[in-house]
Amino acid sequence: MDLQSKINQDNVDAYGVRIPQVADGPLHEITWSMDRNEGGAVNKMKSTHLKPYPEPLVDVPADMKNSVMVSSVDYLLNWARKSSMFPLQFGLACCAFEMIATAMARYDISRFGMEAMRASPRQADLMIVAGTVTWKMAVPLKRLYDQMPEPKWVISMGVCATSGGPYYQSYSVVPGVNHIVPVDIYVPGCPPRPDALLYGIMQLHDKVRRYSLNSNPAGFE
Amino acid sequence: MTDEWNGNSLATALAGENPDAIESCNRTDVWVKGEHILQICFTLRDNPEFGFDLLNSLTAVDYLDYFEVVYHITSLKKNASAVIKTKVGQGRNNPVLASVVNVWRGADYQEREVWDLFGITFEGHPNHKRLFLWEGYPGHPLRKDYITYDQSINSEERG
Repeated sequence: MDLQSKINQDNVDAYGVRIPQVADGPLHEITWSMDRNEGGAVNKMKSTHLKPYPEPLVDVPADMKNSVMVSSVDYLLNWARKSSMFPLQFGLACCAFEMIATAMARYDISRFGMEAMRASPRQADLMIVAGTVTWKMAVPLKRLYDQMPEPKWVISMGVCATSGGPYYQSYSVVPGVNHIVPVDIYVPGCPPRPDALLYGIMQLHDKVRRYSLNSNPAGFE
Repeated sequence: MTDEWNGNSLATALAGENPDAIESCNRTDVWVKGEHILQICFTLRDNPEFGFDLLNSLTAVDYLDYFEVVYHITSLKKNASAVIKTKVGQGRNNPVLASVVNVWRGADYQEREVWDLFGITFEGHPNHKRLFLWEGYPGHPLRKDYITYDQSINSEERG
């Protein structure tokens, strides 16, 4: 039996989840459990993510530091990582337009090998949090971050993502996206101009270049 | 330019349909009693004298003693606009109003927003859920007596 006929027969989608039927009633009445699940996840995140994450320093374990010797592998690896850092296509507010402008021909982040904005977190290395993060959006944001493969980096773009900005102490805005995920680079501005974002990206590239297995931990100045 | 209905003349015209429904009026607005709002809205839409076929905006104001729901409506046929207001929840108790989704379909999201942020219940709304905030959010944040209670704790811990 092929998939389409199975879908039609059992009223389940390709993942085995039941598709709501007309007899169940209007869609908005049978989605209360989904709404409550979402609200519960948001409330849980709001009550647990009280402190910001520190800057992510990827430290090398002591035993590996003393037993592994690398020569130019670090350099090559870091060059490869920084030269094809694919950003996640992820804009939340007005900063997204500056990020789009950065990707367009005038500012052109393809000079850094970054023009491929990935629509899937599984193919992305860099999350540019471009805009205001509300608590309702924090849950999907954390989920997207968790789905990104290591190594991964986060740029907090604009004051809203950095600290809440003009919405600081608002009832719905996260006071800094570093409460949700660890952030590598903060780009100030409201919104930051594309050149400011480019400068932040170059700072991140510098940071990636300093990664090494046998000397300083990543992010160490 | 869109003509704006004089509130006094609109109230006079509406009083011909339902004299009990009008609470008060001034030069710009008409205050309608809450229990008559649905009937008045149907009249405003269907009576060719008014022909208000578009709901521009539905919003609410917190006046501490009561809430006020404001309807900005426009007649595209007659190129005229008017403002209808309703006082609900006297003494801040139990603000309930009839939903006008059956009159203007565009009231759907706006009534959900007013419910979300002001806590005014719209009876007969087909999907009476929060719009912006999440299920389980405590309170209605655009009310004057709402206190943002938890973000200050966060900021102290942020140091």
